[in-house]
Amino acid sequence: MATKTTVPFNGTAEQEEKLHAIIAEHKGDPGALMPVLQQAQDIYGYLPIEVQKIISDEMEIPLEKIYGVVTFYAQFSLYPKGKYNISVCLGTACYVKGSGDIYDKLQEILGIGDGECTPDGKFSLEACRCIGACGLAPVLTVNEDVYGRLTTKDIKKVLDKYE
Amino acid sequence: MKTLQEIQQIRDAMHPELELRTEGSKEANSKYEKHVLICAGTGCTSSASLTIAEKLEEELAKNELTDKIQVIRTGCFGLCALGPIMIVYPEGTFYSRISAKDVTKIVEEHLINGNPVKELLYDETVTEDGIKSLNETSFYKKQHRVALRNCGVINPENIDEYIGKDGYQALAKVIQEMTPEEVIQTILDSGLRGRGGGGFPTGMKWKLARTIVPDADQKYVCCNADEGDPGAFMDRSVLEGDPHVVLEAMAIAGYAIGATQGYIYVRAEYPIAVERLKIAINQAREYGVLGKNIFGSDFSFDIDLRLGAGAFVCGEETALMTSIEGNRGEPRPRPPFPAEKGLYQKPTILNNVETYANVPQIILNGAEWFAGMGTEKSKGSKVFALGGKIKNTGLVEVPMGTTLREVIEEIGGGIPNGKKFKAAQTGGPSGGCISPENYDVPIDYDNLIAIGSMMGSGGLIVMDEDNCMVDIAKFFLEFTVDESCGKCTPCRIGTKRMYEMLDKITKGQATLEDLDKLEELCYYIKANSLCGLGQTAPNPVLSTLKNFRNEYEAHVLAKKCPAGVCKDLMMFNIIPDKCVGCGLCAKNCPVHAITQGDYIAPGKKRAAFVIDTAKCIKCGVCMGNCRPNAITKG
Repeated sequence: MATKTTVPFNGTAEQEEKLHAIIAEHKGDPGALMPVLQQAQDIYGYLPIEVQKIISDEMEIPLEKIYGVVTFYAQFSLYPKGKYNISVCLGTACYVKGSGDIYDKLQEILGIGDGECTPDGKFSLEACRCIGACGLAPVLTVNEDVYGRLTTKDIKKVLDKYE
Repeated sequence: MKTLQEIQQIRDAMHPELELRTEGSKEANSKYEKHVLICAGTGCTSSASLTIAEKLEEELAKNELTDKIQVIRTGCFGLCALGPIMIVYPEGTFYSRISAKDVTKIVEEHLINGNPVKELLYDETVTEDGIKSLNETSFYKKQHRVALRNCGVINPENIDEYIGKDGYQALAKVIQEMTPEEVIQTILDSGLRGRGGGGFPTGMKWKLARTIVPDADQKYVCCNADEGDPGAFMDRSVLEGDPHVVLEAMAIAGYAIGATQGYIYVRAEYPIAVERLKIAINQAREYGVLGKNIFGSDFSFDIDLRLGAGAFVCGEETALMTSIEGNRGEPRPRPPFPAEKGLYQKPTILNNVETYANVPQIILNGAEWFAGMGTEKSKGSKVFALGGKIKNTGLVEVPMGTTLREVIEEIGGGIPNGKKFKAAQTGGPSGGCISPENYDVPIDYDNLIAIGSMMGSGGLIVMDEDNCMVDIAKFFLEFTVDESCGKCTPCRIGTKRMYEMLDKITKGQATLEDLDKLEELCYYIKANSLCGLGQTAPNPVLSTLKNFRNEYEAHVLAKKCPAGVCKDLMMFNIIPDKCVGCGLCAKNCPVHAITQGDYIAPGKKRAAFVIDTAKCIKCGVCMGNCRPNAITKG
């Protein structure tokens, strides 16, 4: 499911400082691991093993438990995402209105599969389950932008905006 | 920190402002002449409603109208299909599908000169004699709003507007006038049942949590806002449109069971809802309706947010609590039930957003008022998220006992493009598909179970003749396979095997014996799975097998997909007598599977084209390009 590309970890000192601050803020709270992981992902964009190790050491939680939590939830990613992350809604309302075809078309155009990233690091693609904009079905998002009432013919136009 | 008296002063001061937002209001004490309401829910903001609001404020400033006309960003109005939506009060004129470039025109013609811009109005409200009231349109006429009463009416980011709608009065009432037992009895008498799907009596849950561990040092009140059902967005709309109602109800629940801490577990995929909850919690703390010694009593209660991270199974109560504790969200066996040992092993209640949204109204209006709505065993009203092949996609709230026909045909406006109704799916991946024979069954918890589906959280997806029911069943199983947490074998392996069988059927490789095996496996998984996810995962298959068996048999025996969805069973053909020989299909065929034949149909000039089915990849491009509609699939 995830990409097999191995991008070396290149976190900055600034990022690490932010992470330390977040851990210090939550350490000792019951159930602190999830909020820490969520904010760590906001900092780095993903949760590579290096980041998990820092969290493990400082929060005194075994690494295997952290890895278990990271791989359990769809929101957490072990691999970096593209500059533009495309997320196609495959919720029921979108699916019955043809979002499956749109998803197939994107895979064909970009030449990547679910959870993968184009070699130039520009686009990554994933399927998501319902963002709740069912009135606009079928829907996809590119980072924060939402595109609705799509047909397969519109895909090219959407991608062209991110050239 | 505000006293109850100060809260009541705020309410009285807000009253004229909110009164102005009723159609044809003659309210004279409002600070403004007009209110313009713009939907800032997820649906409308996705089509740029916030840009429209900004542009409007800009135009109003330019025309020096800001002290006469107020712009209010509200939650969802419900009619998402027509978004972005703008309503002007006191007239109640309803603008639909507008864009930023229409704003100047609306300001000049309507807001300055008093003439509504007819061509931008929702067409159903424009009649020969003038402009019809919004409440008389078919979408709103049959609705009855309890949980959604403030959605699309108030500014969700302003606690004063909620207070103006009697907000926090129910909390004041329970603290000052009622014992916890009386609160629980009121909820029991109202007949309120869990709106998250299961339908367990809410009052019963509260009673157990109050009494089962008499000497508990800590108890918790949790809110399930992890709305994971694809196609359901009721809870999101309540949180975005009226977040304070959930906070107030949770505080009431805290008072009833004796808890001081609440948690809202909300999907991280709902950024607007999360943001508005944060604002609401801060405002409530500032006013002292959350925090220590609420309204000067010895009752203290506070609420924190916990963000879900995208796991459907976390909608199950024990899994949700495990997730709040910071673990993999895996369910655990029950008993012990959360009322006895829940979050951090302490007595806990967990209710859904919509359930909470009913509570303050029940306290203020009494149990009998609520019990007066609905059917014998299902009281009150229910919110549905209408989606799929329906004209008016959006959010509706109807009394329990309304029929599917009323919801789909009257409120929903029926099925677009003249297609025929085939099925309605309720209950998401745990529910089933309802066939046309049950179109007139009154919708309530028990009736839906009797016809092989369930209420679920309220997603209602309409399907027409172009949807293949086997494909839909497979779609749901793919979802469950993805979302099964893997803890118990029947769900982890069973759903995968079910998916494989369905895949075989859609490829035309199955036999009738496979259908029997599939059914047997369904019952096995239902009986042996650990939690609700596995126990209900076979429902989409069982209900389609029961209601649409002929479609399964067509896939198995005739190797045909009647709806023309399953690609492996589909064939494209050109009807020679309709083909005009233009060659557009052949030109656009990506695999050059179409060539010109010899046959010239009577009255046509050129020879008809023919598809080589061995080469065809069934992409459907030819069909989309054929002007005389000479290409069929099936």
